Amino acid sequence: MDDILSVAALVGILTSAVRLATPYLYAAIGEAFGQLSGVVNLGVDGIMLVGAFMAIFVALGTGSLWLGVLVAIVAGLLMGLLMSVISVTLKAEQGISGIGLYMFGLGLSSLLFKVLFGTVKTIVGFQPVKIPILGDIPIIGPVLFQQSVLVYGAFLLVPLAWWILEKTTWGLRIKAVGQNPAAADSLGVNVNRVRYASVCLGSALAGLAGASLSLAMVNLFQENLTAGMGFIAVALVYFGSWRPAGILFGALLFSTVNALQLWMQVLGVKIPADAAVMLPYLLTIVVLALTVSRVRGPAALNRPFERGEA
Amino acid sequence: MPSTAAGAAVRPGGRRLIDWQDVAVKIALPVSAMLLALLIGAVLLLLLKVNPLEAYAAMVRGVFGSTFGFTQSLVKATPLLLVGLGICIAFRARVINIGGEGQIIAGALMTTWFTLQFRDWPGWLLTPVTLLLGFLAGAFWGFIPGVLKARLQVNEILSTVMMNAIALQFMNFLLRGPLMDPEGVRLGTYLPQSEQLPQQVWLGRLVPQTLLHTGLILAVVLAVAVYIFLWRTTIGYRIRAVGYNPDAARYAGINVPFYQAMSLTLAGGFAGLAGAVEVIGVQHRLLEGITSGYGFSGIVTALFGGLHPLGTIPASWLFGSLLVGADMMQRAVQVPSALVDTLLGLIVLFVVSTNMLSRRWSRWRAARRVQSKSAEAPALAPALSASSTQEVN
Amino acid sequence: MKPRVLFVALAILSVLVAACAGPAPQASQPAKPLRVAVIMPSATTDYAFSQSMWSALKKVQEEMGGESKMELKYSENMFKVPDAAAAIRDYASQGFDIVIAHGSQYVASAGEIAKDFPNVTFVWGTDVKTFDLPNVYAYTPAAEEGGYVQGVMAAMMTKNGLIGITGPVEVGDAKAYVNGFEQGVKAVNPNIKINKTWTGSFSDVALMTEAAKTHIAAGADVLTGSSQSAVGSINAAKEKGDVLWFGLQSDQAPLAPKNVVSCVVYDWAPMLKEVIAARQAGQPGGKVFVLRLKDGGLKVVMNPEVAVPAEVKKAAEEAVEGIQNGTIKVTP
Repeated sequence: MDDILSVAALVGILTSAVRLATPYLYAAIGEAFGQLSGVVNLGVDGIMLVGAFMAIFVALGTGSLWLGVLVAIVAGLLMGLLMSVISVTLKAEQGISGIGLYMFGLGLSSLLFKVLFGTVKTIVGFQPVKIPILGDIPIIGPVLFQQSVLVYGAFLLVPLAWWILEKTTWGLRIKAVGQNPAAADSLGVNVNRVRYASVCLGSALAGLAGASLSLAMVNLFQENLTAGMGFIAVALVYFGSWRPAGILFGALLFSTVNALQLWMQVLGVKIPADAAVMLPYLLTIVVLALTVSRVRGPAALNRPFERGEA
Repeated sequence: MPSTAAGAAVRPGGRRLIDWQDVAVKIALPVSAMLLALLIGAVLLLLLKVNPLEAYAAMVRGVFGSTFGFTQSLVKATPLLLVGLGICIAFRARVINIGGEGQIIAGALMTTWFTLQFRDWPGWLLTPVTLLLGFLAGAFWGFIPGVLKARLQVNEILSTVMMNAIALQFMNFLLRGPLMDPEGVRLGTYLPQSEQLPQQVWLGRLVPQTLLHTGLILAVVLAVAVYIFLWRTTIGYRIRAVGYNPDAARYAGINVPFYQAMSLTLAGGFAGLAGAVEVIGVQHRLLEGITSGYGFSGIVTALFGGLHPLGTIPASWLFGSLLVGADMMQRAVQVPSALVDTLLGLIVLFVVSTNMLSRRWSRWRAARRVQSKSAEAPALAPALSASSTQEVN
Repeated sequence: MKPRVLFVALAILSVLVAACAGPAPQASQPAKPLRVAVIMPSATTDYAFSQSMWSALKKVQEEMGGESKMELKYSENMFKVPDAAAAIRDYASQGFDIVIAHGSQYVASAGEIAKDFPNVTFVWGTDVKTFDLPNVYAYTPAAEEGGYVQGVMAAMMTKNGLIGITGPVEVGDAKAYVNGFEQGVKAVNPNIKINKTWTGSFSDVALMTEAAKTHIAAGADVLTGSSQSAVGSINAAKEKGDVLWFGLQSDQAPLAPKNVVSCVVYDWAPMLKEVIAARQAGQPGGKVFVLRLKDGGLKVVMNPEVAVPAEVKKAAEEAVEGIQNGTIKVTP
């Protein structure tokens, strides 16, 4: 048991946690943009899968990892466009269209994998890049500054998203549209356009989340690679009360519990694996119930906007 | 004065019992959306170098060409109908229940546990009791997000998604521990499956050599009961009033959060019953994947049925046929199973997209009716429109 | 306006129905081929359990003379037992001669179906139960035997004295293999440390990758494990460069030619041929096959691209011999 308190184990757990948190961060922050504008997108997992496949497919075909990332983002954007058309323009029930998008993405990515790959293919993905000086700091160095580019990107996204949401007119518009679309509309904000942009941005980030999985984490593709990560990302948005910092905290908590559980097994600490897997979910629902009375979500969440109705 | 929703038939003081024109449009819209999705599916099939006509023929033959296929579509229709009924109730109160998966698991778990505990009870007693308990367990799983919504304004989409995850992990845990078949432990196979349930609790087979069981009859009877509940009782009327216009309902003295929580609880109950029926009707034991995604596809089924309990009856059979047919097609022309997921995803997306058209149609009708008979109050728009648009005066 | 929509919909529907009624199937050949169907939990290309069965079936089909002699249908990715059970029942009711339920999780459901279709031969595994039904064959690999042999090799090849096992779920052949592996390691050197993780899933590649990375970070230089998510572990070993991998179920060497030392491969072909011959000789079932090193159903396939020291090879061969002649006892 005291093994787990050793420096090596601590560094190991935290390094794993930071790595595991990466796809969740991209996906959850993306989802937060959509939700803040009033659209719940439950199709994140499907978008991640398509992104993950397109990324590795293009990267293997062209030899360029960055091109793979770009195509994953574009693929996510296109699926976001589909979601927007259905839930913003056609005003379909968002919970259902999200599930539809998930099934479509799950099927499509597996189908493309079958037809274009046929079997599991691996790739030499993004390698860890050690940042000079910072990377040499004990404990913090290896945990935070010896990771791959996509990991850095995910963590830089947190302050960037905060800045956009809090300090730019665009961010204020997104939140206004999510809180009170009628008021925003009367002030001349094009509600549907803001929602399109937010959902597409969120979906592009979900595509990037997929790429971070297939090009920087597992470095391969297999059917249903995400195994439900996208749904956890949706939960993390709630957990983090739609704030990038809160999402960061939730993602790290969730991934640390996972990493900790693996390390406890490696070090021979006896715990039932299934009970450990359940822990993050239970934690989420408890925190949810505790924080929710304080923090209100976007008032117009899950409600399509129709002028003259409100 | 309680009026009725457009697709629904009985108008107080009205002449027609059923508005056939309206029913026709309500059927045509999702069906044509489905056909459109199948058309895109045909393109995918062509890309896979499979003749789409042959594939779809196999799909139709799969359902109508054999006793097994036909009965199987009804076997799948049973849980879809039950879950769909719950979705109808919830939607009428402007609540969306994404938690069907978790509620099915709750019901299935309770039924399995109880049956194994009281395995000596006679079937005539054990079966109804265990079904009731399955209903209650699912209801409890719906009650939690219901209360969270009523008391703390927690968005039910997100809380039900999380309740799904918790139920799933809880079931996985029990199946690998306390509920694991002792035979599997003894033989060292350690499969995450429960023991087989005693035979007296099994639902009777309607057709030998198939899986068709009496749960289907139960589901149809309940569909009628839900219809009566929603349109002929005060509670049902209040639920619909909440969904139609929460602010007006509040003004009229209806406790809106209470009825929303109640509708989620009832929705959970029906999903839980679906889980119970799957366990004692089809699988005869609890195992991983017991939900078969019915918690999600039940939502689509209810949409197909115009969110009306009676419409959900044929809709569940249609969607059940679709599920069976797609599987049959996969086996007959040997395409990757991923095609089935893609196809179903497209169908969901297309069908849900027809919402607005159906809503516009209802509104247009209502407007016309007001014009022609200004004495009669405008009919209620279907609850779906109420649930997805903000109609606050 | 609306009647037109309805008409269009009905028109499409009628065209579709007409089209479906059109091409009639069943171009029956004079000599009826043997009809075989298989239901598998993962993809035919999973580098693991399902692939092992699929390649064996393809091999048998080829040997029998191709599709005209043996019709072969498959349902893959049937990880949900209810769906698999429906597929099994469907194939049986379509009159297939042999239906293979390839997954221990299917056995209980298949048992109920087998009673309803006495003319169909059901072959299922991995399990040892036939429920005393006359039309059932069961099969199970003695994965612990292969595990033992690889454990012996792993113990001799680890430099750090630390071996990592990345398991999926502690059940079935995954569990038996690990048990055998541990016995093999301990037989060589009881001081070698073995760390074990179970991810709780057969398919979660991301978590499996992280588990392998955790083992490597903890100092393991030899890894082993199973399931279709093992590709994650293999890739983690490959990326680290000098970490060795011992595989199970299928030959995984193509995934990481420099890291995969050997794989315990299930060869179902001899068992399948025996089943087919027995059925054609009028015996629709009634036997349990256990794949052992002894009868060639279980093989330890070495990867020629990884240099294995001569004494390790010799120890492995001795272990194989010992298990074959019964001087070494391995418990699952």
